[in-house]
Amino acid sequence: MNIANSIHRAQFDRVSLEFKTPKGRLRVVEDVSYEINDGDFIAVIGPSGCGKTTMMSMLAGFQKPTTGKVLFDGQPVKGPGPERGVIFQEYGVFPWLTVKENIAFGLKLKANHVPLAERDQICEHYLMLMGLADFANSYPKHLSGGMRQRLAIARAYAVKPQFLLMDEPFGALDAQTRANMQNLLLKVLAAEGKTVMLITHSVEEAIYLSSRIVVVTARPARIKQIIDVPFGYPRDETLQERPEFGELRSHIRELVMSEYRAQQAQLRPASFSE
Amino acid sequence: MDGSVARRFLLGLAPWAGAVLLWYGVRWSGFVNPSLIPAPHRVAAKFVELLLHEGLLFDVYASTRRVFLGVVLGILVAVPVGFLLGWYRSARTFADPMINFFRALPPIALIPLVIVYFGVDEAAKLVILFYASFFAGVIVMYEGVSQITPLYIRVAQTLGAGEFEIFRKVIIPLTVPHILTALRVALGVAWATLVASELIAAQRGLGALIQNASTYFLLDVIYVGIICIGCVALIMDMILRRISARLLVWQERAVG
Repeated sequence: MNIANSIHRAQFDRVSLEFKTPKGRLRVVEDVSYEINDGDFIAVIGPSGCGKTTMMSMLAGFQKPTTGKVLFDGQPVKGPGPERGVIFQEYGVFPWLTVKENIAFGLKLKANHVPLAERDQICEHYLMLMGLADFANSYPKHLSGGMRQRLAIARAYAVKPQFLLMDEPFGALDAQTRANMQNLLLKVLAAEGKTVMLITHSVEEAIYLSSRIVVVTARPARIKQIIDVPFGYPRDETLQERPEFGELRSHIRELVMSEYRAQQAQLRPASFSE
Repeated sequence: MDGSVARRFLLGLAPWAGAVLLWYGVRWSGFVNPSLIPAPHRVAAKFVELLLHEGLLFDVYASTRRVFLGVVLGILVAVPVGFLLGWYRSARTFADPMINFFRALPPIALIPLVIVYFGVDEAAKLVILFYASFFAGVIVMYEGVSQITPLYIRVAQTLGAGEFEIFRKVIIPLTVPHILTALRVALGVAWATLVASELIAAQRGLGALIQNASTYFLLDVIYVGIICIGCVALIMDMILRRISARLLVWQERAVG
């Protein structure tokens, strides 16, 4: 840890990724470089299907870059691990386990060595925090979409990862639940101090939650602009009514919309490089 | 609650009563020579007679035992093989044509070969039932396993699960429903194959009972044999469904 100060928590270093398809090579991510430092909340925003999720997937350890390096704590990412918690777009709540067993899943794994006595306490804490206490012994089939989402978040938080990767976690929720989940996330982050990389297509969500926004282009995903969000924490919903919020929103929305138009234009001719 | 239980019982009974009525109806309609259709009550009397004096229970036992062993052995092999084929896509494209080749062969067509290689003893019958159960089970297993989404495995990995933990805590629970379905399908196929397997010089068993009865044109005995096969198969399926419902309470659509 002696050189910890000079090492970023996570780093994309001239990262490109190509998929092999029957029609040729499909470039999904192109020459992306940025750093994530401890305590950062990075939001990655761009048109859907542009390769944002692929970017996160490389940091999570599910995909390897074709060229360039993805580093975590200075080391190339070799595979998934509990120090990088992931909240998937599809939730991935285990249907064969009850709500409580889902939360306890990570706590029982050897890699996390959580003593038996502490497991119950941690489960109870997150059951209460996420408002799932009444459903502790229910199976996920009895839960609503919002509750499954909260369960997925509780399960990821329970193993206390210092770094959270969230892939459009609130995308499928209704506006009310979404706002509640965002506030809850801010509350938990304030209490537990984590580093977050959030993939989203909502400009408001990106500004409201993050400290830095990475706007990416239509496929292949390149960095269009990196924007520092000039608001401190803690934040609450009144932030969204401030004029600076509105200005930043128009600016980012314009960036995203121009990429969206580029993507639409791309859809007609084949977007393969060869 | 009592009323609904009674109603469900009556509803379950209704099609059976209907089938018996239809049976009488066909017999009395005059369209078919009545000597070709023994009356239900005569079949029932024959059933009691066979039960008391001819050791029908032993036939039931012999057949059930064969089916049970054939299915258990078949599924014991089908589960790992089907799992590997479902899990490794490359293995599947390579083995698929061969499995479909063997699956299409009717067990009856194999009987002469089975007699040559395995003789006419219990082993020969088991081989036939094993063959039928294995190919029925392996298809269900690999279709099911190949549809397991990688999402749950990824989730487990990000929570810190090692290879063995993923296998024990994620893959096994996801495989259990397919094993149970494979068992049910194999059980059905094995009962359907039973008569064929008992063509091989069987002394006892429901298939043998039917074979022997046909030699002497004892239609009522044939009916007793057929109904017994149906009943035992139904009971085994009900037991399996109970077990499934118990093991799979978590599924969106509970079995049973």
